[in-house]
Amino acid sequence: MQREIEIAELRRLTQYIDDQFDYDFKNYAMSSFTRRVRRVVELYKFTSVDALIKRFKEKPEFFQEFVSEITVNVTEMFRDPTFWIALRDEIIPEILTEHKKISIWHAGCSSGEEVISMCILLSEAEALDSAVIVATDIDKSIINRAKKAAISAKNMELNQSNYERYGGKGSLLDYFIEKDGFFYVKPELLDKVSFRIQDLVKGNPFSKFDLILCRNVMIYFNQSLQNEVLNKLHNSLFKYGNLAIGSKESLIWCDIANKFVVVNNEEKIYKKIKE
Amino acid sequence: MFFNVDKSVFEKTYKGIVIGGSAGSFKPITQLLADLPKDFPIPIFLCLHRLKHVRHGFIEALSIRSSKQIIEPQDKESIRQGMVYLAPANYHMCIELGNSISLSTEGLVNNSRPAIDLTFQTAAYTFKDKMIGILYSGANKDGALGMKAIKDKGGFTIIQDPEESMMNTMPMAAKSVTEIDLSLEAEKIKNFLLRLYKAQQK
Repeated sequence: MQREIEIAELRRLTQYIDDQFDYDFKNYAMSSFTRRVRRVVELYKFTSVDALIKRFKEKPEFFQEFVSEITVNVTEMFRDPTFWIALRDEIIPEILTEHKKISIWHAGCSSGEEVISMCILLSEAEALDSAVIVATDIDKSIINRAKKAAISAKNMELNQSNYERYGGKGSLLDYFIEKDGFFYVKPELLDKVSFRIQDLVKGNPFSKFDLILCRNVMIYFNQSLQNEVLNKLHNSLFKYGNLAIGSKESLIWCDIANKFVVVNNEEKIYKKIKE
Repeated sequence: MFFNVDKSVFEKTYKGIVIGGSAGSFKPITQLLADLPKDFPIPIFLCLHRLKHVRHGFIEALSIRSSKQIIEPQDKESIRQGMVYLAPANYHMCIELGNSISLSTEGLVNNSRPAIDLTFQTAAYTFKDKMIGILYSGANKDGALGMKAIKDKGGFTIIQDPEESMMNTMPMAAKSVTEIDLSLEAEKIKNFLLRLYKAQQK
């Protein structure tokens, strides 16, 4: 498809998806969402966005494939090593001195690299046994991939260099078993993690946490949706619980910014101070 | 200063200037920023290839000799007059309808994040013909399709003279896919913008 995707076409698409599948993409950030739709249209050689809608009508199961393609699933272990250092040296010790247990939610966990990083951090701090971890994503197939915890060998170099910058205790490879071009996480490392399908946009708060990581997820939403989702994250935190967002995201523009204080401005870690 | 373009180019209203560069572009771009007046009104969006894990130092290096306010935007930051926005390490920087900047962690484009093509293409979509794209030295083809998008929307395109560019792959690639309005030495790109500044003040 050579021509540009028009806003009217996108509206027809998001309306159809909302009506038929109960997923709401209407408030995704326009430029990245348009790019993702274009990608699907080109990948499957549809002639137009309407042809894509027609496919949904003929074959509703195609929708799950669409969700996998539309969501951004690019992630790495220990992304922003200084963030992980702040978690290890400041945030997590503080939580553990006040509570015996630590509950953590990875909201929008994608293929699970961040969850693995967290488990390694906790394991090296001998705190893994005190942890309850929930990892969620909108995309069923990516959750299955996260559960499988098989990292492609070509990504390991970057993961290792991040881990070294983070100053991990051992070698990253200690946590993996290599087989057929993949590095499988040793199963006991992820014992404390429950993976679930959950849509941040339509889903409601389901538990309370000491720490929520939602990094580089809300950047795919427009500002009004960011507001809504932030309210849900706020409701999912215990008072004095911590929220970590991406290094270039900000709470400043959100309605409930005053219910948080900055704990670490550089690493974008906030603490809930008001219900 | 004589530029082989219609006078109307300088008198038009612009919403943004996008600048891309890679290997060999740091020096001419710091020079440009050093010589641009503090109150140069048109927002500038810089997308330069940079090391993904080095989050600090780049702004500082660009700012040393410049009076311009240079920042790495936050996601959804509103675009303001007179600002210079630098694409942050390991994020794509896009221009959104509604006068704001969005960031994205989508996969590498042209082996790059930030990718010049994405900044340029989204700017072209949003600013239409009210923009200028400038592509400096670089060793890959990122930015070429972005320059084409700008030209297709009626924007103005400038490349650093391939003869002068330390690495000419990037400006040459742009030239091979679209019409380039001006091919200029770095010093003249600066003069072009200074003349634009004077014209815009009238």
